[in-house]
Amino acid sequence: MADAAYKVKLDVFEGPLDLLLYLVRKDEVDIYDISIERITKQYLEYLEAMESIDVEIGGEFIVMAANLLYIKSRTLLPVDLQGPVEEEGEDEDPRWELIRQLIEYKKFKEAAGDLRDRDELAVRLFGRTPVAPPSDGPATLLAGEVGSLDLIAAFQRVLDRIEKRKGAEREIEADRFTVSEKIEFVLKVLPENEPLKFEELFAGQTTRGEVVATFLALLELVRLRHVVVEQPGAFGEILLRRRGPALHAA
Amino acid sequence: MDPLKRVIEALLFSSERPLSAAECVKYLKGATEGAPEDDEVRALAKTKQDEIAQAMHELHEEYAEQQRGFCLVESAAGWKVVTTPEAAPWVRQLFPENRPARLSPSALETLAIIAYRQPLTRADIEAVRGVNVDGVMQTLLERGVVRITGRADVPGRPLLYGTTEFFLEHFGLRSLDELPNCEELRRVDLPTAAADETQPSLPLEETTGPNGTEEPAAEPAATESAS
Repeated sequence: MADAAYKVKLDVFEGPLDLLLYLVRKDEVDIYDISIERITKQYLEYLEAMESIDVEIGGEFIVMAANLLYIKSRTLLPVDLQGPVEEEGEDEDPRWELIRQLIEYKKFKEAAGDLRDRDELAVRLFGRTPVAPPSDGPATLLAGEVGSLDLIAAFQRVLDRIEKRKGAEREIEADRFTVSEKIEFVLKVLPENEPLKFEELFAGQTTRGEVVATFLALLELVRLRHVVVEQPGAFGEILLRRRGPALHAA
Repeated sequence: MDPLKRVIEALLFSSERPLSAAECVKYLKGATEGAPEDDEVRALAKTKQDEIAQAMHELHEEYAEQQRGFCLVESAAGWKVVTTPEAAPWVRQLFPENRPARLSPSALETLAIIAYRQPLTRADIEAVRGVNVDGVMQTLLERGVVRITGRADVPGRPLLYGTTEFFLEHFGLRSLDELPNCEELRRVDLPTAAADETQPSLPLEETTGPNGTEEPAAEPAATESAS
């Protein structure tokens, strides 16, 4: 019968801490005064209710259940039998860690509420929409629309250059280059306010593995919208540019 | 309306992105190149930055007083002309295809933690939220409100995240200091991922983990983030 109340709010919880906060609020108790026994019971009931209607319970909910039971078991023991506190420090109340976590979480949840209000306002404001200037200024091509084939062609040129330089000589080497390193590298070499030529990005890179890692890093950065790829003229030079702050409306 | 305000209004009106007073100084000076003979252009080229800032504020107030359909909003990058929120039901129809998706509660929670505590790692965020944030981080990165700022100087060198200029613009903030309650939230001692080892309450053992760009790849780089 208690189930009915639970069913309403199934997927609204952002995680175990959110659920705990809800239970605390429902009880109208201060977080500092929570009864571990009571909240553990409610929490487990909630999980059961979720299970009984076939809602998949995330692993983090189970971990929290285990943690609650652990805290509860400690509080049940007489103080002198509770065993050494795992952390040094004076927090002999086993609930303390959880309470602290709940309070921190609550603060950020409230802060998120403010961001939500601002987000709601933001989607109701309409700025000037990008209109192609009537002049013959360079068109900005977002990679993926037009650029992908050109990008691949340009990449091929870079690879060719390497092959040519090496001639018949081959070296087998371990992969020393990772995409994540190269992401940092690209962000480092790309100037803040001016474009970099695509091929300059690969200057000094001599192995196929390194060039490939750099290229993948570039693609990742384009995907994450850190970098914009432009080609001012057809078949022209491909330019990389850091994404300006306001290139896209929300 | 005095000439300066008129020009500033024109600049703001035609710009897609926010304009700062400093930037407008540049444009006022730059105009002399195109029209060196024009007295007004020459006069305005001498305008000081604070005069421009003043003009922007006045425009902002005038629009509000006159209850126009558009207004000026300020963020870190400067002022921008937008339609008023009250006009949204009508204006929205002009852009049926890019209905802006609002951020989900979990995205907003995650974003709040990043905004107050940046730079920080995924594990740090998870320590506060108690849940995995991989999917949410992806959304935030794609929406352009969060960016990678570097790497933490801890084992595994996990990536650090922070908010972008666009974050400030979208949320109408002039700086991070404008976040509510920021004094307290930026100072509080958070449970960090590194401090968790001794206490069992957090669902992350070692989650600095396998999600695309984050792992320093042990595998050949080429196969790594191809997905």
